[in-house]
Amino acid sequence: MTLEAPLLSVRDYSLEFRTRSGTVHALENVSLEVAKGETVGIVGESGSGKSVLSFGILRILDAAAEVKAGTIVFAGMDMLAAKEGALQEVRGREISMIFQNPRTALNPIRKIGRQIEDVLRTHTSTLQSELKKKAIECLAQVRITDPERRYSAYPFELSGGQCQRVMIALALACNPALLIADEPTTGLDVTTQAAIMELVSDLARERNMATILITHDLALASEYCDRIVVMHAGHVVESAPTGRLFAQPRHPYTARLIAATPSPEVEIDSLSSIPGNLPDLRRNDLPSCRFHARCDRAVGQCAVESLPEVTYESGHKVRCFNPL
Amino acid sequence: MGTPAAASAYPAVSAPGWRDTWKHARYVATDNPVTLGAFLLFGFFLVLAIFGPWIAPYDPLMSNTEVALKPPSAANWFGTDSLGRDILSRIIVAAQLDFGIAISAVFASFFIGSTLGCLAGYYGGWADRIIGRIADTIMAFPLFVLAMGIVAALGNSVANIILATAIINLPFYIRVSRAEINVRRNAGYVEAARLAGNSDARILALHLFPNVLPPMMVQISLNMGWAILNAAGLSFIGLGVRPPQAEWGIMVAEGATYIISGEWWIAFFPGATLMLVVFTFNLLGDGLRDILDPRMRT
Repeated sequence: MTLEAPLLSVRDYSLEFRTRSGTVHALENVSLEVAKGETVGIVGESGSGKSVLSFGILRILDAAAEVKAGTIVFAGMDMLAAKEGALQEVRGREISMIFQNPRTALNPIRKIGRQIEDVLRTHTSTLQSELKKKAIECLAQVRITDPERRYSAYPFELSGGQCQRVMIALALACNPALLIADEPTTGLDVTTQAAIMELVSDLARERNMATILITHDLALASEYCDRIVVMHAGHVVESAPTGRLFAQPRHPYTARLIAATPSPEVEIDSLSSIPGNLPDLRRNDLPSCRFHARCDRAVGQCAVESLPEVTYESGHKVRCFNPL
Repeated sequence: MGTPAAASAYPAVSAPGWRDTWKHARYVATDNPVTLGAFLLFGFFLVLAIFGPWIAPYDPLMSNTEVALKPPSAANWFGTDSLGRDILSRIIVAAQLDFGIAISAVFASFFIGSTLGCLAGYYGGWADRIIGRIADTIMAFPLFVLAMGIVAALGNSVANIILATAIINLPFYIRVSRAEINVRRNAGYVEAARLAGNSDARILALHLFPNVLPPMMVQISLNMGWAILNAAGLSFIGLGVRPPQAEWGIMVAEGATYIISGEWWIAFFPGATLMLVVFTFNLLGDGLRDILDPRMRT
């Protein structure tokens, strides 16, 4: 693979859900690239399609979901055309995922060591006699104190932060090339949050592992990501290197988001909020820019003509008729 | 397996392996003397069931009209029946047959019922509808009448009693496992297992099915009592096991006619044994759940 080819490339991916109350246009023309070893943040408010995108990448979707268009290529493999068996090989070995609520993501009645062994047994050729040693190594890598003893602990005996460490150990047991972290620190307190994020970014750096960090916390993303992709109502509205995005946001939504993020210099009272809500994604007459109803820079074309993609230097892309 | 030294610092939290399970079992038993009693009684009946023919003081089938209808005495602790057979020996020997019927029937319905229930709960949709209606259909009959019908139609044999008992217990297993799997099929750890590349079969067997076991253990234990009652009931009305074979239900039936004339011991002792066995299984269920469910270990 050349340096240029991205590890993961999502192009013009559109996804719909058929429900009783109509078709939900969950994702439309989403494009995303993740290079080897890169950390990409996906930010957006609840319901913007961040999680659905990550499940779509792994092709774990509800029966009601339908991929309308687009391609997803991971390390040269066409994820949308691949057979289920091949996907099962990729999941957990090449692409791993951690989520919020680590406590519910661990099987409550199996010892955590056993759960790590399951992953090793499924995806690696580790010898039966080596499994336990490897599992304890995995626990040690995520800096769990006293891993030998924790090996035989049940999830309910661990704290939330420890559970998330176990989840990370599970996810990284097979040295994946890509880790998708779906709001990994939601529900943890701030100090644990910092410790978990440090752990993830350290481990990613050590292994040259690419990471997709899904979060609604712009401040968190800015701290750990090389590049940030901003999503709104199933659209990628802007993507840029972290520094550029904060220095010069081009999309009105991004600018609003940044203005709504608390920082030490800004007083709480002067924090702005973004008016309105996400549009109802079940509508059949969704405007081509799904932000235009909330946007103060909207022009006549916004609702009708298909959105242009404007590219600035160093890969800064924005989809807007009237960028800042 | 397990690291023996690991447990020393905080013994209650997580010592590995069977030793821990044993320790926990001991804790549950001493903490709750009723459970301990149930386990001891169960062990006692199990010994009777396995070694019955060697323990019994007399041949259970040997009739001796000279000592017919004798009340309990030093020679015949539980008395003798109308043919002069020793009731104690018959009760002891019958344990094997009754336990055999109950265990085979309950395990048959456990395996079939939980497999069907797991499929229904996990896949939902048509599988759920079809399996659910099968369970409903069975439940719609008065269960004992259904069992009578099955044995009467298929013929009087031990195998058919087992079959009938297994069929009437099936819906309970289907429903318990379906419900347990259904609430968990979208749990975080199932999603996580799927994301880690596990197939449906693996997820069901490794991650979901173990969750069903603790409630199932209770069900199995309760069912064991019902199954014994059911087998005895069928024999009592003349279906299934046939005289002169020793079986608790038949013995109660044989003794029932003599109660009016004052020979109470013929029906009383097998009846009391039945009651005690069912009682034991009911208590055992709760105790087993306490031991098997790791979430109860605090």
